[in-house]
Amino acid sequence: MKFIDEFRDKEIAEGLIQRIKKTSTRPIQLMEVCGTHTVSIFRYGIRGLLPEHINLLSGPGCPVCVTPNRDIDLAIAFSRQKDVMIVTFGDMMRVPGSTSSLQKEKAEGRDIRIVYSSLEALKIAKEYPEKRVIFFAIGFETTSPTIAVAIIQAKAEKIHNLFFLNSQKRVPPALLALLRSKQLKIDGFILPGHVSAIIGTKPYQFISREFNQPAVITGFEPLDILQGIWMLVKQIEENRPAIEIQYRRVVHEEGNPIALSKIDEVFERDRTQWRGIGWIEESGYIFKKPYKKMDARNFDVEVEPTREHPECHCGEVLQGIKTPLECQLFKRVCHPENPIGPCMVSIEGTCFTYYKFQ
Amino acid sequence: MPEEKILLAHGSGGKLSHDLIREVFLPLLSNSFLEPLDDSAKITNQQGQIAFTTDSYVVNPIFFPGGDIGKLAVCGTVNDLSMVGGNPSHLSLSLIIEEGFSSELLKKIVSSIRETAKRAGVNIVTGDTKVVEHGAADQLFINTSGIGWIRPGINLSGTHAKPGDNILLSGYLGDHEMAILSAREGFKFQVELESDCAPLNDLVGQMLDACPSIRCMRDPTRGGLATTLNEIASMSNVGMVIEEKDIPVRESVRGICELLGLDPLYLANEGKLIAICPSNEADRLLQIMKGHPLGIHGEIIGRVTEENPKRVILHTLIGGHRILDMLTGMQFPRIC
Repeated sequence: MKFIDEFRDKEIAEGLIQRIKKTSTRPIQLMEVCGTHTVSIFRYGIRGLLPEHINLLSGPGCPVCVTPNRDIDLAIAFSRQKDVMIVTFGDMMRVPGSTSSLQKEKAEGRDIRIVYSSLEALKIAKEYPEKRVIFFAIGFETTSPTIAVAIIQAKAEKIHNLFFLNSQKRVPPALLALLRSKQLKIDGFILPGHVSAIIGTKPYQFISREFNQPAVITGFEPLDILQGIWMLVKQIEENRPAIEIQYRRVVHEEGNPIALSKIDEVFERDRTQWRGIGWIEESGYIFKKPYKKMDARNFDVEVEPTREHPECHCGEVLQGIKTPLECQLFKRVCHPENPIGPCMVSIEGTCFTYYKFQ
Repeated sequence: MPEEKILLAHGSGGKLSHDLIREVFLPLLSNSFLEPLDDSAKITNQQGQIAFTTDSYVVNPIFFPGGDIGKLAVCGTVNDLSMVGGNPSHLSLSLIIEEGFSSELLKKIVSSIRETAKRAGVNIVTGDTKVVEHGAADQLFINTSGIGWIRPGINLSGTHAKPGDNILLSGYLGDHEMAILSAREGFKFQVELESDCAPLNDLVGQMLDACPSIRCMRDPTRGGLATTLNEIASMSNVGMVIEEKDIPVRESVRGICELLGLDPLYLANEGKLIAICPSNEADRLLQIMKGHPLGIHGEIIGRVTEENPKRVILHTLIGGHRILDMLTGMQFPRIC
C-alpha cells in the first residue's frame, strides 16, 4: 500500500459520502481544529461533496497564526541586535508583527535563516560560534518533542551560542477555552491527527465527559476526513459522544510516551498568549531549571509596543466565530501578497486557504 | 505597489512578479511589442515576423543532475522563441562572472552551451563578458537573448484560447525544480532526480506541422503549470477546467512533494510545454506529442470553458473541485 493513491480513491470517497448523506438527519457544525485539515478539505473540494446541512468551521490549529504579535516583534528586535542570527521555520518569515516581519528584516540585511528541522539549528550554531543563534520555535505537540530534543542535545554538546525563543503551544487547552466560550456553537470536533499521535486520547476526554461533545481523531487524506466526518455524524445521531480514533494507522490511545517524556524533561506548562484569542491557562511552556540558560527570553532587548490592525478579524476567524468572508479586510486589503493578519500568511491559515481555493 | 523593497518573491514567477511587470515595467516601457506579454515579442517587417526574447539565469547550484547553468541558458531562450512559433536561429550570450571563478568550470559550462546549441540547431553569434569583484555576484550569472523567424501562417498567443479547446501537457511536472532542490545542501533523496531541461523547438516544429491551428503554447517554468494556465486564462478571458487525475507526475516527485508539502502544479519545469488546440485536433496532436522523445508522457489534461472566465478550476481526485490560483509568494529561490 502506498498510502497516497489508496486514500484518495474516488469510489470509496463516493461510498463514504453516501453513508454520510444517509446517516445525517439534521444541520450540524463541525470544527476542524488543525490547519492541515483546513488545507486538505479545500484541496480536495470536500465541502462541495458534503450535504449542505453539514457545515465545517476552521479552528485555531495553525501554529503560525496563533503566535502572538509580541513574540514576532521580539524575534525582530533580536534580529536587529549585533551578531544575532535568527533561525526559524519558513512560514514565520512573512507573518506581520506590529510594524514589520522577519522577511522584511531579512531584506534589510538582518541575519535570518530558514531551517526545516530544529536539529539544523544546532549545526548552524556550531558553524557560527561568533553569533548568538536564536531559534524561533513555534508549533504544537507535533513539533514540541523535536524542539525539546534539540534543546537536550544542545546542552549535552555544550553549544553555548544557541538559544530558543519558545512559542510552542498545546491544543487541548485551546479546545477547552473554545468550549467554555459562549459564542461558539459546535456539534463535534475533527481532532488533529499528528498532535494526537503524540498526546493520545486522554487529554481530550473532557470534551465528551464534561461537554458531551463528539470528537474523532482524523487523518489528512480525503478518505480519512470523510470517514472521520461519518464517524462524527454517527456519534451525533446516536447521541453517543466519545473520543474515537479514525487515524488508527498512526494514532494510539496512549500516544507517544517517549516524545512526551522529552517535552516533560525540558518544559513546564504555563499560561501563554494566543494571537487573536488571548491568554489560555496551561497552553504553553516555560523552561525547567536545568535548561533555563537556553531561554532566549533571558536576554534584554527593547521591543516596540505591540499593535494589531483594529479591523483584523483573525481572532474571531481562529475561534470559528467568523469566516474570512465576514472580515472587511479580506481580499480588499488583506491578501497573500499583503497580509494584514497571520491567517492570511500561513499556507494553513484559514484566510489564505479561503483566498486560494474559494 | 505596496512593497518598498524588492523581495525574493518578486522573482518567483508568481503574483508579485506579475505585479512588478504591471506596475513598474509596463507603465514605463509600454509599447505594442511588449504589451501582449507572450513568451517572446513578435516583430514584423516586410519579410515576415521575427520572435525576439531574453532571459537571465541565476540558478543555484550551477551544476545539477540533468544539466547546468549553460544548458539552461540555451534551452530557456530557445523554448521561449518556440512557444510563439519562432524557429530559433541566433542567440546572444552575456556572462557576469565573479572574480575567482574557476576557469576549468567556465570551460565546462561553455562546452555545455556549445553542445546544447548544436542539439537545438542554433548559433551563438554575439556575446559579452564582465567580471565583478569577489562577493559582488554569486559565481556566475548568464543572460541569453534570441531571435527566430516565425513561420508564415502561425499565430500563437496567450490571448487566443477559446471555449471548447483542449489543453495538452507534454509530460511529467516538477522534475527540474526537484532536481535543483535535491542538489542543494540538505536534501539527500534515495531516488535520482534529473532536471528535464531540454530544447523543445523540434517537438514544437512537429506539432505545428501537424496542427497549424494550435492557439497557444507556453512552457511552465517558474510558478509552474498552475501559474501558466492562469496567465492564459486571464489573457484570453476564458475559464479552464483541469482534471487532477490526468496530470502526469513522476512517482518519485510525488513522494517528495508529499513529504515536503509541495504542490507539483506549482513547480518549475524546463523541458515541458502546454499546448491549447481546437478539440477536434486534440487526439491527433497528442499522438504527435507522444511520438516524440520529449513528449512520451504527454496527456490531455483539461479544456477551456466559457464559464468562470479568468479562473482555473481543478477537478480533484475524489470528485470535488477547487480553484487553482497563481503562485503566491515563492516556493524556492534561484531555480532557473
